[in-house]
Amino acid sequence: MISLLREMYYIILGFLEGFGACWLFLFRLLRYTPSALLRWRLVFQQIYSVGAMSLVLIIVAGLFVGMVLGLESYNLLARFAATSAVGSGIALSLYRELGPVITALLFAGRAGTALTSEIGLMRATEQLAGMEMMAVDPVRRIVVPRFIAGAISVPLLTVIFCTIGILGGYLLSVMHLGVDEGAFWSQMRVNVDLVEDVIESTVIKGIVFGGAISLLAVYEGFYAQPTAEGVSNATTRTVVNSALAVLVLDYILTSAFFHGA
Amino acid sequence: MRQTRTIEISTGAFIILGFMALVFLATKTTNIQTYGDHGGYTVSASFNNIGGLKPRASVTIAGVAVGRVLAIKLDPKNFNAVVTLQIYGSYQQIPDDSTASILTSGILGEQYIGLDPGGSDTFLKNGSTIQYTQSALVLEKLIGQFFSKATAPGAK
Repeated sequence: MISLLREMYYIILGFLEGFGACWLFLFRLLRYTPSALLRWRLVFQQIYSVGAMSLVLIIVAGLFVGMVLGLESYNLLARFAATSAVGSGIALSLYRELGPVITALLFAGRAGTALTSEIGLMRATEQLAGMEMMAVDPVRRIVVPRFIAGAISVPLLTVIFCTIGILGGYLLSVMHLGVDEGAFWSQMRVNVDLVEDVIESTVIKGIVFGGAISLLAVYEGFYAQPTAEGVSNATTRTVVNSALAVLVLDYILTSAFFHGA
Repeated sequence: MRQTRTIEISTGAFIILGFMALVFLATKTTNIQTYGDHGGYTVSASFNNIGGLKPRASVTIAGVAVGRVLAIKLDPKNFNAVVTLQIYGSYQQIPDDSTASILTSGILGEQYIGLDPGGSDTFLKNGSTIQYTQSALVLEKLIGQFFSKATAPGAK
């Protein structure tokens, strides 16, 4: 009984320690962000490897999510003879939840793992120590550009995901199931609010999720045990922690922006 | 050198694509046209019941959008809803005895304000009040009236 309590005490303590260290790391990154933005070439290179290389994955996923949403909402709305609302159903579910969350989860798997293992391997092969020897701060040179690139890429990927999803839903419901094209777009324009749905949900959620995933990824990589096992453990933790962080943050943001019925 | 150029070109293309997608979402799939200042003048109208009317709903005459709902407030004295309407500047000559009614577009559609022009020679101007209003039809009240009439003993 005592040992169980002690175990729990250490688990909670370990969680708090990691949580606090993560926040301190975030402040350290934010302090270097302005100077890193001036060296935009480094950031650009990271946006390429983190964002542009994820584009194909996001486009294919968005297309199929949009088509599935089209099928499901058509199926449901056909019972009430309200298939004209298919467009706004697809758009609202994409913009509010599915777009930001699925993009963030895919990004964590595609790019977050790469960030962690890259930085972790640099740590394991003592490249980071080598940089410190040359008076180059590895946080500034390596970590901050990757963090910024992630926070910039995810909102862009989210918006692209939503656009492709809308087009996928359009293809399926208008071209294939025969929903009226005018109703599809006009119902969407009436029901989707620019600020409430696109800016507050899609874009802000994208920025927050992107920042959270890249922070966790670079943090785990930077403090990984410098062994093969340590790097692989850090990569696993990145995926698990980012997925949980995204889902928890999603709830917090949704309830913060919730306007009531 | 060539490789860094490829990287920079595809990064730039990626960022431009993202912003194009945002513009597409904002202009093609949202109610962006109800934002922004179209100019014009504001008038107010008070209703007994506005149903599900929301700010930025459209104001129409014969189905043509001539303005939008700016704000909805409750008058604390007589408990009526006071709706502030913004009429676009190009519609200066709306008779001041027009009727404002709250209508619903389709069965699942949303509510908007329809103006029925009157015959007066004087026109609505900034700050004037629409006298004649018709509240929203509330389905539950309608059904309630129907049943109370049908079951009332004197109905036969």
